[in-house]
This record gives sequence, C-alpha cells and structure tokens, in this order.
Amino acid sequence: MSIMEYNGGAVVAMVGKNCVAIACDKRLGVQAMTISTEFKKTFQATPKTYIGLPGLATDVQTLAEKFRFKVNMYRLKEEREIEPRTLAHLVSSTLYERRFGPWFVEPVIAGLDKENRPFICSTDLIGCINFAKDFVVSGTTSNQLYGMCESLWEPDLEPEELFETISQSLMNAVDRDCLSGWGAEVTIITPEKIITRTLRSRQD
Amino acid sequence: MADRYSFSLTTFSPAGKLVQIEHALAAVNSGVTSIGIKATNGIVIATEKKAVSTLIDDSSLEKVAIISSNIGMVYSGMGPDFRVLVNKSRKAAQAYKRVYMEEPPTAILVKEIAGVMQEFTQSGGVRPFGVSLLIAGFDESGPMLYQVDPSGSYWPWKATAVGKNMVNAKTFLEKRYNDDIELEDAIHTAILTLKEGFEGQMTENTIEIGIITGVVSTKDDGAVVLPEFRKLSPVEIKDYLANIA
Repeated sequence: MSIMEYNGGAVVAMVGKNCVAIACDKRLGVQAMTISTEFKKTFQATPKTYIGLPGLATDVQTLAEKFRFKVNMYRLKEEREIEPRTLAHLVSSTLYERRFGPWFVEPVIAGLDKENRPFICSTDLIGCINFAKDFVVSGTTSNQLYGMCESLWEPDLEPEELFETISQSLMNAVDRDCLSGWGAEVTIITPEKIITRTLRSRQD
Repeated sequence: MADRYSFSLTTFSPAGKLVQIEHALAAVNSGVTSIGIKATNGIVIATEKKAVSTLIDDSSLEKVAIISSNIGMVYSGMGPDFRVLVNKSRKAAQAYKRVYMEEPPTAILVKEIAGVMQEFTQSGGVRPFGVSLLIAGFDESGPMLYQVDPSGSYWPWKATAVGKNMVNAKTFLEKRYNDDIELEDAIHTAILTLKEGFEGQMTENTIEIGIITGVVSTKDDGAVVLPEFRKLSPVEIKDYLANIA
C-alpha cells in the first residue's frame, strides 16, 4: 500500500463567478482504522488564499507550519501579502527541494488575487503544478472527485451555488472511499468575505 | 597613534567611525561620475566610459549592467569590485526567481545587495567594496532608483549622482529636476549633467546609458509582465548627443 493512502483524506477546490471554494474531509485514519474525525486539511495562508494539504498526516502538519512560516516571512520582507500564483510557485519549489525524498502531500491552492480574480491549482508530491480554470482534486478520493466534479461543476456559479456544488461533489465522492469522509469543511472565498461551514455528512 | 583605527575593519575609532569604510567612500568619490534620474514613466542611469589609452578597444567595456530583465545598475568606484557585485546580484535575482517564478521587486534586490555589502564591512579577511551603486528597477509598484554605498546603506532617489563630480552634478540636477519629468527629458538631463564635468570629447563611445520604461501589464492567465531594462546602443546615444548640440 502506498504511503499516500496511509491516513486517507480528500481535498477539492473550485472556481465560481468572482469567487473560489476549497473543501476537505475531516477523517484521520491509520489504514482502515479511524483515529479522529476532527482532522482538517485546509489552512488559511493569506486573507484571501487557502492551501489544502491531503496526504501523510505527519507531513500535512509539518508542511502547514512550514508554509505558515514562509508566508509570514514573505509578508515581513516584501511588506505585502503573497499572491496565490506566487504561493503556488513557492509551494512547488519547496516540494521539489525534496525531489528524492519527498513530502507525501499533494497540495491544493485556492484564492483570489489582488484584482479579485479567482485562482486555483494543485501540485503533485514533488511540486509539478496543475493550473486549472474549473476545479482541482487531490487525496485518496481524487478519482471519485473527478467524476463528481465533471458532472456537477458549471461555469460562473455564484458563491451559494458554488457552496452547494462543492459540498455535494465532496460528500458523494467520499461515500465511495472508505479512507475519507466523517465530516467535511467547506470554505468559500469572495472579495467581501470568507464563509467556512462544517458539514456533518455520513458517519459510517 | 592617530592611525590606530585605520586598518581593522571592525574597530570603531573613538569618534565612532569605521575608518576603512570612509576610505572606501574616498575610492568612490575619486571614481568616474554616474547619474541616475527617475522619470514618471521610467528611469535612466548613465556614466562616463573613459579609456585610459586610445589603444584600448572600448567596445567591450561595460559599466552599465543588466541584473534581471527589469533591473539594471551602474557604479562609481572600482571596476573589479563592481563585477563581483554584478555576479552576486544576478545570482540573487535568479535565486528569487527559482522560488517564486517572478522577477524580484527592486526593493528586495536592493536589500539583498546592501546586505552583501554590509557583510563585507564586518567579515574577516575581506575589505569593503570600493563602489557606490545606482540601481534602477521597474516593478508592480512602479519605477525606483536606489543608491547603495560601501557601508551597505541605501536610499531611494528621484535623481542623484555619485563619483568624482557628484557635488556639482547634484546641484545641476536639483535645478533641472521636476516631479513630472518624462523619460526622454530625463535622458537629455542625464547627458547634460554628465557633460558638465566631462573632460575631453563626449561621444557615443565615451558614455554609457541604461533605461527602463513601459507599463506593467497582466497576461490572460494572471501572470504579470514587467518592463525590460535595456542599454542604449551607440547609435541611439549618438542621436541623443546630436539633439543636444
């Protein structure tokens, strides 16, 4: 079994009309045994950018702190917030630095840039960036998420529609993956505000 | 014992000065004059390029250096020291680009270079750089002109001069500069300022000019495109000189 599937987890991000959404499940497992249902995998990087880190839980926590450090240092040095596109390249080069002994995470980045244009992308565990105009998926549920997102996503969704779309995509995808689920957290980023909602979802 | 403090880099004199740094500044002040002017739509940096002998092939002499696509610099003082700093600056710019896939903002690169120059006032086995730099860059926040001294101090300028004829040139610039000067005027002013203290004939081969102008634009995918720093060719400089005379 791959180390990428050791703890389980799912992250998805979507673009809407002048908004983006990022969502994750809350399960932490050790193979088939569930340890916690309060293990969130998305983290706020800047006031308008989130980063999702599905993968090996120990690396998720280490990298969340590492990126918090790097983003804070960037803000202090450059006296500005890091743009989501720049953050994507920072994440990419951080991961590629460990090319031959990688961090076992496949990050997702979602945010609005300084002109409030939506930005999402994902990378693989050694930092190869996948820019997308519609949605990105990551984690043990990625196959199921692709299926759900391909059927539910459409262009120019308003924030509340986007919330419904990403929530249904995630919840129905994790039902077909025994390593993910047990609650979910959805974050909608709009120019005015950020809405974070916790979904109960199936608990079995 | 007045000269007790003049050799160790890191020993303050009773007057609170680091004498070696002052000596480095003296090297700068005996160096060839360089000018920098910030305009509303760009920046010009210029310097004299005088060969010590007519037998020298001056076509490959380079005093204005491109650091990254949107940043260039010129110096007054010691040529070899400048080339060391050019190498370090280019490396720093590429290191930044490796991480962020973006050109470094002018202020960030200036801080980096100033950091290097400060280290050379405090490290063992080295001496301060015998140069003052004028760094011109254009980033998302607009055009910026900085001076960096051997001590590692740096300032942003609207217009300034360093080197031998600094005092006269600055007085000249104070008279000629206004806040809404455009780049074409700034280039003329820079040439005129150089001409003030110029010994001998000023030709397209005896001055060097670097400019950066344009607008910051955004590509469809959100990537930012910055103006490019470039050096004026002898032909272009010749045209400017013809207009002045």
